[in-house]
This record gives sequence, structure tokens and C-alpha cells, in this order.
Amino acid sequence: MEKRVVFDNRWLPYLLVAPQLLVTFVFFFWPAGQAIYQSAFIPDPFGLKTQFVGFGNFEYLFGNRYYRESFLTTAVFSVLVTISAMSFALWLAVLADRVIKGSSAYRTLLIWPYAVAPAIAGVLWLFMFNPFTGIIAWMLSQMGYVWNHNLDGGQAMALVVAASAWKQISYNFLFFLAGLQAIPKSVIEAAAIDGASFWRRFWTIVFPLLSPTTFFLLVVNIIYAFFDTFGVIHTITQGGPQQSTTILVYKVFADGFVGQDLGSSAAQSVVLLVLVGILTVVQFRFIERRVHY
Amino acid sequence: MAEIKLEAIRKSYGRTEVIHGIDAEISDGEFIVIVGPSGCGKSTLLRMVAGLETITSGDIHIGDRVVNKLEPRERDIAMVFQNYALYPHMSVFDNMAYGLKIANVPKPEIASRVAEAARMLELEPYLDRKPRQLSGGQRQRVAMGRAIVRKPAVFLFDEPLSNLDAKLRVQMRLEIKALQRKLGVTALYVTHDQVEAMTLADRMIVMNAGVAEQVGAPLDVYANPATLFVAGFIGSPPMNVLSHDVRPGRGPLDAGAVIGIRPEHIDLAAPGTGLLDADVAFCEPLGAETLVHCVTAAGDKIVVRIDGEVSLPADGSRVGLAIDPARILAFNAEGKRTAD
Amino acid sequence: MSGMVEKRGVGTWLTHAGLIFGIAVICFPIWIAFVASTVTQDDLIRPPMPLLPGPHFFDNYLEALLTGGVAPVWQMLLNSLVMALGITIGKIIISLLSAYAIVYFRFRFRMLFFWLIFMTLMLPVEVRIVPTYEVVASLGLLNSYTGLILPLIASATATFLFRQLFMTIPDELTEAARVDGAGPIRFFIDILLPMSRTNIAALFVILFIYGWNQYLWPLLITTEPSMNTVIMGIKQMLPTGDQTVEWPVIMATAMLAMLPPVLVVIGMQKLFVKGLVESEK
Repeated sequence: MEKRVVFDNRWLPYLLVAPQLLVTFVFFFWPAGQAIYQSAFIPDPFGLKTQFVGFGNFEYLFGNRYYRESFLTTAVFSVLVTISAMSFALWLAVLADRVIKGSSAYRTLLIWPYAVAPAIAGVLWLFMFNPFTGIIAWMLSQMGYVWNHNLDGGQAMALVVAASAWKQISYNFLFFLAGLQAIPKSVIEAAAIDGASFWRRFWTIVFPLLSPTTFFLLVVNIIYAFFDTFGVIHTITQGGPQQSTTILVYKVFADGFVGQDLGSSAAQSVVLLVLVGILTVVQFRFIERRVHY
Repeated sequence: MAEIKLEAIRKSYGRTEVIHGIDAEISDGEFIVIVGPSGCGKSTLLRMVAGLETITSGDIHIGDRVVNKLEPRERDIAMVFQNYALYPHMSVFDNMAYGLKIANVPKPEIASRVAEAARMLELEPYLDRKPRQLSGGQRQRVAMGRAIVRKPAVFLFDEPLSNLDAKLRVQMRLEIKALQRKLGVTALYVTHDQVEAMTLADRMIVMNAGVAEQVGAPLDVYANPATLFVAGFIGSPPMNVLSHDVRPGRGPLDAGAVIGIRPEHIDLAAPGTGLLDADVAFCEPLGAETLVHCVTAAGDKIVVRIDGEVSLPADGSRVGLAIDPARILAFNAEGKRTAD
Repeated sequence: MSGMVEKRGVGTWLTHAGLIFGIAVICFPIWIAFVASTVTQDDLIRPPMPLLPGPHFFDNYLEALLTGGVAPVWQMLLNSLVMALGITIGKIIISLLSAYAIVYFRFRFRMLFFWLIFMTLMLPVEVRIVPTYEVVASLGLLNSYTGLILPLIASATATFLFRQLFMTIPDELTEAARVDGAGPIRFFIDILLPMSRTNIAALFVILFIYGWNQYLWPLLITTEPSMNTVIMGIKQMLPTGDQTVEWPVIMATAMLAMLPPVLVVIGMQKLFVKGLVESEK
């Protein structure tokens, strides 16, 4: 799509794009170039000079058990966050769509956690599940279940998933509700006249018509779980115990800033860069399709 | 006030030429309508006069200046757009005043010019409203007001009535004409509607596929179409076209040549008494007149326009078609009008 | 509003009950945090903690605001505000300008520039964190507002959004402005900006929340407590190992940290929803 009408000016357009280009070059292309460059070097033990190793950092990375485990951890974490955040949100959206009176009040009460920072979400859930003082940890202990996510990797994973999903529900809810309200009423009424029950109507008519929204949210939630949950992990578990919650983004940070292993961290950045690239392409394909609907 | 002269105007997009050399001279105060089917290049031509499109070759004169390279604002023109193009966030007053403000016209003068235009267009009660609070006809008036306040040498209209309903269109048509007469400003008006063209134009330019097929006064063009295209485009229902000559004593036509007869130049007669016979397919009574759709023995379809009060022939009945041979127009294989 | 057909007695009540249950689940962590911010440390370290607010609201919030952790919370809130507004306003301005250039002008390298900007869509700051840190450090921007703000402005989402918006503005309006004598700068200021104002406002809401909630970046580049933002500052207050911490003050800080963006979302709900849905389209 192009504009038919344009202005004619020799220098103005360059002046207009200059600020954004400048910022993009200094804080995007320069660092990204650095990452790619550094991923091909390892520093000597004294940090005095670096040695070119080509793909050596990548070979080392994928040969590293912890890195491969981190991949698996990320996959498990993202799938759990995506499924729980989406299914709970869809359930709430279906209910809210059924309500005539007070639906805007419900919406208001359901959307605000979007505004809570992931790090704050981490703090809130950490507080509830604190093994010694947390209210939910205490309730669980009353039921005979010992909660200590500082020791149990499975519990740690459950906790970061819950905190991450909790924050994302509002977002999914908004999009599902908008999707549901965009479905023409006549289609559902026709199904009702055909004698389909509520749940049958939902699974045979509503859910398929909602599929563009669902696909879109799927991609957005995976991207969220991959990259935006750093704050949750960092406040609750710092990747532990025993790396059981070290997702890829956390590992880049941990190796680069805590471990000071710049070559490996840079190689990891490049791997993530490729991953984000793929996800973005997928996202755009879906969005493009959405536009044509 | 100004004359406009178009000299060999051409326009190409890349390698595709869309306007193939147009010449026209428009005198001061004249109302010229450019009419043609969509895609014929009429809007492009208008936009070139406005300065919104560049000219590939040729010259446009407005008054005594060649304006080819001038910005729209330097051409002393005003334009009324198809979708009105009112600024949605500005009040009616500000919409009309915007061009004057840019031109640094003093405030009191802006106020008086807008007030005058508003009075002329009966927009006074709406000056504080936003365009979305107006009806289609009112928006149309604001668009005209915006053009009037600038006191341009030339008005340009780009299908200004096409978004109005039929009734309003007739009313606005009359208003535009009256306004242009009153202000005496040269006007260039683009439309695809041949009724609009006939009723508004002092002279019209009939365009087809980037070429001006004919330039002339509406009734002249109607009575003496220069080409088969013009004959078919101007007039509703269109001229009947037959591929063989029905005039007494004439032989077959050259390959591709045709004759044309306006529906109102045919009368129904008893079978065998006219120039040819035909069967009535159906009738369309429109009140004042009736259109009788006939099919000849050769399979040609002919529409006859008769007085609305004459009793209708039955569907399927045979009728004779009485035609004055002098009213029959002949066109050669290239679609050009020939002498007989 | 409702897309479903039958709504009778029991079903309606079940629907409301389900929604209220959902809201309870969503709100529970906040309620607990609020209660914890109104009681004493003693109430919290011996479980179970109370479930209704106590009388120490002002004590805890005042202590948080004036003493806080490594820096008083009022200072961290101020830093957060500067960062959030800087990111929001900066992004909106540079995006408006570049989108305007790309849509309304034809110039050499236009498509190249468009793709260069567009590629930043793909890279959240978390991914290029180490090299970006190095660049900012080498520019001497650690512990500065500039260093907090500028790297997060380099994003294409807003540019993309404005480009989409400008494409929907009818060409005839631009032509009318040209006939009226408006040049490119006047057109931008008099026509395009006022016509984009709801979209700008909607984007403002989204970007403000984005900016306010930044965590990793401030964590890295602000080593001086006086430059800490509240979202990262709260992390510095958390226990490391088994040491005990002042939970009521932390929870008061958490409440203060989420208050501004939550108020923005609730107060500008309509714009927020519009901004969210459009920035994802």
C-alpha cells in the first residue's frame, strides 16, 4: 500500500527519520553487531586479549548440558504459562460474554493485573509462597504438604509459572472477549435454533470462529513467556534450585553478568536472536491473515 | 477570473501513458464539464490542472501564466473533492478559514469572507459544528464554502455530487450552477454522470481512454456526436446501434460500420408501414414516457421512447418502426462519424 | 454484549459465581499484599498471617516512602516516573516523525530505512542485553536518565502503528491541505497530529506501562541507589538467603510501585483497550 499523494522535499524526510535511525543504530545495530562479533571469540583467562574461535562458542554451547537443559526448561515453562494463562482467560471471557448486566465492571476488575510489572508479580507470589511465612505455604503445610521452592525444583517451576500466567490472564481475557463479541450473534442464534446446546455451540461454532484470536494469543504468550518473564524468575528463584528454572533469557543474563562469560553470553544472544526472528515471522503471518479476515 | 488553456497534455505512469495529448481552451467564466466513464483519465486531467499530479508533457496556462511547475496554492485555484475532504477535527468555520490563515489573510477579513460564504450557502447556523455533525448535503456545502472564500480564479470540482442521494444531487446541481453564474468564476467539473454533464456544462469535454473524443456545447454534442463512443455515452437510454443500414435504397454497410438512431427518433407504427418491423419484448412505463424494448427479425435490440400516455403495445406483438432517415447517424469502422 | 442465546435463572447465577471466583483468584495476591502492608512484621513472621487489614497503614507506607531500602521509595518512584515518561514521550515523538517521513515522502533509501527500523521489532532488550550494556557503558551513560531511557526508545512498534494509521488517512485530505496552501510541516502540525490524537493517547497509556514496568535494564545500569527505579529497587529489598526482612515495608513498596500503572489502566480503560488491540494488529 502506498500513498498517492506525497510531499516533495529534498532534505526534510531525512531530518524526520534521523532521530529514530540514530537511536536504532547506536542501541540496536551496534550491540547486535557486537553480539555476533563477540560470539566468535573467547577471552583469555586474564581478560587481556581475545582469541578467534569461529563457531567454537556455539559448539561449546550446544555441547553444554546446562544449556541444553535450559532449552528444555524454557519449553516446559512456556507451554505451561501459555496453556494456563490462555485457558483460564478463555473461561473468564466466555462467562463475561454471557453477562449482560455489569459486564464492564467485571472487565475493569479483570484487566488491571496487566499493569503489574512481572517483577512485582514475582514479589507478590514469592510472599504468598514464602516457605516460612507465606500464607499459602502455611495452608499447604496444614494439609500435610511441605512447600519449599528453594529446595524443590518442581515447586519452583510451578511457582514461576503461576506468577507469570497470573499476570498474563488480563491480556488474554481482553483479546478473547473482543474476539467473542465480534462473532455475529445471528450465527449463534442459528445454531441454537438448530438445537445445539450451549457447550456444543461453543465447541462447534464459537471456538472455531475464535481461532484467529487463539492463534494470535498463542504466539504472543510464547513470546511473553520467553522474554518478558525475566523479572518473575529473577525475583522468585534466580534460576534455581539447581538451574531448574533457568530459562534462556535468564541464562544470557546469568552467564554474561554474573558469570562474566561474554563469549558464551554473546553466542546465547545470537541464538535468542534467531529464535525471536522465527517467532516474529510466525506472528506476522498470523497477523497478516487476521488483517484479511 | 481567468482563461485556461491546455496544450497537448500527456501523462504517463512509468511506461504507461494514460492521457494521450489533450487540447482545450476555456474562456473566462465558462463552466466546463469533463465527462467520461471511470478510468478514462478525467480525474487525472483535473488533478494536473490543480497541481496535484505532475504533467509528463504539454503546457497548462491559467490566465497568462504557465503553471506546470507551480504548487497548487500558487495556481489561484480552489477544489471541491469527491469525499469533501473536510478536516474532521476542525469546525466548519475553521475548515473554510484554513486556507486563508495559511495565506496570512488578516483575521477580520477571514471572518467577513467566511461569513459571506456561509450566508450564501446557508451554513450560518453550523459554523461551530464539526463535519461529522453535518448531513451529506451540508458537508458538500462546506466543501464549496472552502472553495469560495479563497476567491480563486478557477473552481475545480472532482465528482462532488457522487456521494449524495439522488434527490439531493439534483438540488445541489442547481445550486452549484447558480453559484458559479453568480460568482462568474471559471469552473472545471469532472463527472461520470452524463445528466450532470448535460445540465451543468456550457461546454463539455467527453473523454474516453485518455483522449478527448469531443468538445462542445451539450445539445450540440447530443445531436451531433463525433464518435460512436460519444453517441453511446451521452443520452439515456443510449443510442440504438444497428450493424446494417435500414434506410430505403441503401446497401449493406462496410464491415464494422454501424448506424445509430436515438430512441426518441423512432415512432411505433402499424407493422409493415415503418422502415422495419420488430417484436415487442417488454415495455418500461416511466410515467411521462415509456420505453418499448423491441427485437428485430435480424436479432438487433432496439429501444423506442414513446409518450407516456399512449397505450402500450402488448408484449410479443409485432410493430412497425417509423424513423425519419435524416435522423439516422452513420459511423465508420473506426467509430468516427461519417457524412451519411 | 452477549453472544449467547439462553440466559435463565440458574445459568445466570452460575455465570456470575464463576466470574466472581475468577476475580477472587486474580485479586487474591493483591489483597494479601495490601493486608501485609498494613500490619507489623510480627504479624507476618508467625503464620498464618491475618486476612484483614491492620492499623499500621500509615506507619508502613511512610517508612517505605521516606526510608525504603537502599534508597527512599519516593526517590525511586520519581526515577520511575522520569524513565516511564521519557520512554513514552521519546518513542512517540521519534516514531511520529519517522512514520511521517516514510508514509508521506518519497526519498532515496526510504525502504531501506523502513526495514532497518522495522527489524528492531524483533529484538527485545533482554536479548541483546550484554552488548547494549557495553555500548551504554562506553558512552558513559551508566547511572543516568539518558542511559535508562534512550536504549528503550529504539523500537519499531510505535513507528509501525503510526504508519498504519497514516495509511488510513484519506489522500484527499492531504490534497485539500495542499490546495489550501499547507506545506509538509503545516500539514503535520495542523492536520495529521490532531487527527492522530486518540491513537497517540492510547499509545501513551501502553507505553507508559511498558516504561514504568522495566526491570532488567535499570537493574543493570543503575548501580547508584539514587538512580534506582521502584520496580528494580524492590528486588534489592528482598531477602537473600535466610535473613529476615521488613515484609510490611516491602509490600507497601509493592503497592506503591503498581499503583501508577494500575490507575492509568483503570482510569483510561477505553484508551488502554484501544491502544492494546491496535498495537497488536
